[in-house]
Amino acid sequence: MSTGARLAIRELTFSQALNEAIRLEMRRDPAVIVMGEDIAGAAGRAHLGMVDAWGGALRATRGLITEFGPQRVLDTPISEMGFVGAAVGAAMTGLRPIVEVMFVDLVGCCYDQLMNQAAKMHYMTGGQVRMPLVVRMAYGTRGGKPQTYGGGAGAQHSQTLYSVLAHIPGLKVVVPSTAYNAKGLMISAIRDDGPVIVMEHKFLGAAAKGNVPEEPYTVPIGHSEIVRRGSDLTLCGIGRMSHVCLEAAQELEASGISAEVVDVLTLAPLDENTILESVRRTHRIVVVDEDTPTASMARDIAARVAEQAFDWLDAPVKTVNAPETPVPFAAVLEAQYVPTAERVLDAVHELIG
Amino acid sequence: MIDRPGQEAIPREGLLWMYERMSLIREFEERLKWLVETGVPAGPVHYCTGQEAVAVGVCAALEAGDWIASTHRGHGHCIAKGADVRRMMAELYGKSSGTNRGKGGSMHITDASLGMLGVNPIVGMGVTHAVGAGLSSKVRQSKQVAAAFFGDGASSQGAVHEAMNLAAIWKLPVVFVCENNGYADATPVEYAVAVNNIADRAAAYNMPGLSVDGQDVLAVWSAADAAVRHARAGEGPSLVECKTYRYYGHHQGDDPHRYRTVEEENAARERDCIQRLRRWATTKKLISADELDAIETKNRALLDDAVRFAEQSPLPDPSELLTDVYVAEP
Repeated sequence: MSTGARLAIRELTFSQALNEAIRLEMRRDPAVIVMGEDIAGAAGRAHLGMVDAWGGALRATRGLITEFGPQRVLDTPISEMGFVGAAVGAAMTGLRPIVEVMFVDLVGCCYDQLMNQAAKMHYMTGGQVRMPLVVRMAYGTRGGKPQTYGGGAGAQHSQTLYSVLAHIPGLKVVVPSTAYNAKGLMISAIRDDGPVIVMEHKFLGAAAKGNVPEEPYTVPIGHSEIVRRGSDLTLCGIGRMSHVCLEAAQELEASGISAEVVDVLTLAPLDENTILESVRRTHRIVVVDEDTPTASMARDIAARVAEQAFDWLDAPVKTVNAPETPVPFAAVLEAQYVPTAERVLDAVHELIG
Repeated sequence: MIDRPGQEAIPREGLLWMYERMSLIREFEERLKWLVETGVPAGPVHYCTGQEAVAVGVCAALEAGDWIASTHRGHGHCIAKGADVRRMMAELYGKSSGTNRGKGGSMHITDASLGMLGVNPIVGMGVTHAVGAGLSSKVRQSKQVAAAFFGDGASSQGAVHEAMNLAAIWKLPVVFVCENNGYADATPVEYAVAVNNIADRAAAYNMPGLSVDGQDVLAVWSAADAAVRHARAGEGPSLVECKTYRYYGHHQGDDPHRYRTVEEENAARERDCIQRLRRWATTKKLISADELDAIETKNRALLDDAVRFAEQSPLPDPSELLTDVYVAEP
């Protein structure tokens, strides 16, 4: 800002920060449009004064239709393959669509559009086609502390699944963890000329509050962040799990163990240098991931560390994942499903003794 | 070929263009078939021989700035939209001078500068992209129209139905063009599709639907022209079903005589779209046989040149493997 005026820094929730990012980019660029199921809600009922009944599953698009109108804020039918495909076509022809696929659990309904179409169009046309597309997906359980947060959306509405997206060359996948980086990564995603998946944790949507500057800013895609310095071991977390890592690091400090915490932030392309550099200093690592273990990001990161930092390791690489099961309904079971600080501490004590 | 009102209004240049493009598609596919059968490793190819009138009749109704979404059987769509056969052939040879710099191949052969939204061998998916282009036209108020080619096989794909519903509720400038060639791979349309005319499905999406003889380029043009005008006027999408025939198997390795008769094929060839336009135009004395012969001679020379260009072009540099995975800053 060249005016020298001080812009306010307010506390916003993660969802409010996403909303602000989208709103600012829509003001800046008329090519930005938003699509998805009930991203406004009550489309076509403007005469009832209910044009914004929902504002999206996480309420991250609330108020956009009243500012930008139904031409640029499009409620869609329940038709993920169709509207994600339409967004792919719109991205090829001059728009910059932001699509909400309510939950990552619905990725199966539109996976071809992401995996075969959006991801590959640039490469397989020899670079002719650009794909400025953002796909937002909520993930994870609301649980972990059932007595506090409820949860219980069950096996088909609580998954994490980002590894099936990060696996596809051509897709960028970001997992913001705070209100600040949610806004910055969302703006980066909207300005990117390729497809970017933004994974939004359901629990963080309302619970993660933080200071967010009013002005637009970017947090770069493809960078991990060291969010706590430490010297005895590295805890590497993704999305909500970076908060679990911080919680564990605090408890370890009480017992005299200094844990560094890396917040991965982007799964693809993965910033492995920040993780490797941390491990080469601390010589131990635990990777914490809410996804199920087989072919997970945690094991991918573990393999990279084993291949490229083996000589620096003083102990085996540890991973903490959800168990190899669907997400259960009952609160007591769901609480066991989600990795917790206690499970991270157990892993740490296996390494350090 | 049946005379109908309005056909005489097609300028002679238009008829010559239709003949030239259909003949060029035929020459391209026949040449490619010969090359593949003599060992050129062009990957899986799906010849559109016999279906030329659909691609050409529809593209004749479009303007240069309009879009098309194409299918795995897409060489004809490319040529009808104006693609350079030299760069197309180079693509099939996997050369760096190809339309996709050798990174696409037959099933992705695309010239985006001509309004091609890609060529999609994931059957039915490209139809949704045409709807997205129509949305882009509407939001940007650019008056462009998107035509989506898809087969009778794709007509059963959920993506196509979702695309039609979206285009209808948002009144988008889209023309759905079903190339009903009778077979999805080896599965006959009367087995796989519950209606007699795929155009009847338009009623479910509250849009006009018309079934036409896809071996009559003027019938295709006439229906497509009406649908394009309807779309450009902001009246929403239409469905045009073109009943056509695929002269060869599903792909280069498929023997169609395992699932259809020679008699059926011969009957289809008697209705050949290129020969019918020739007979009609020469009988009406709109164009002379000599002019049409000259077009064919010129097209043969274009293909000689295209093959030479493809053979002589360099292979992609090995470093190309790793480029264009992510979209770089412009």
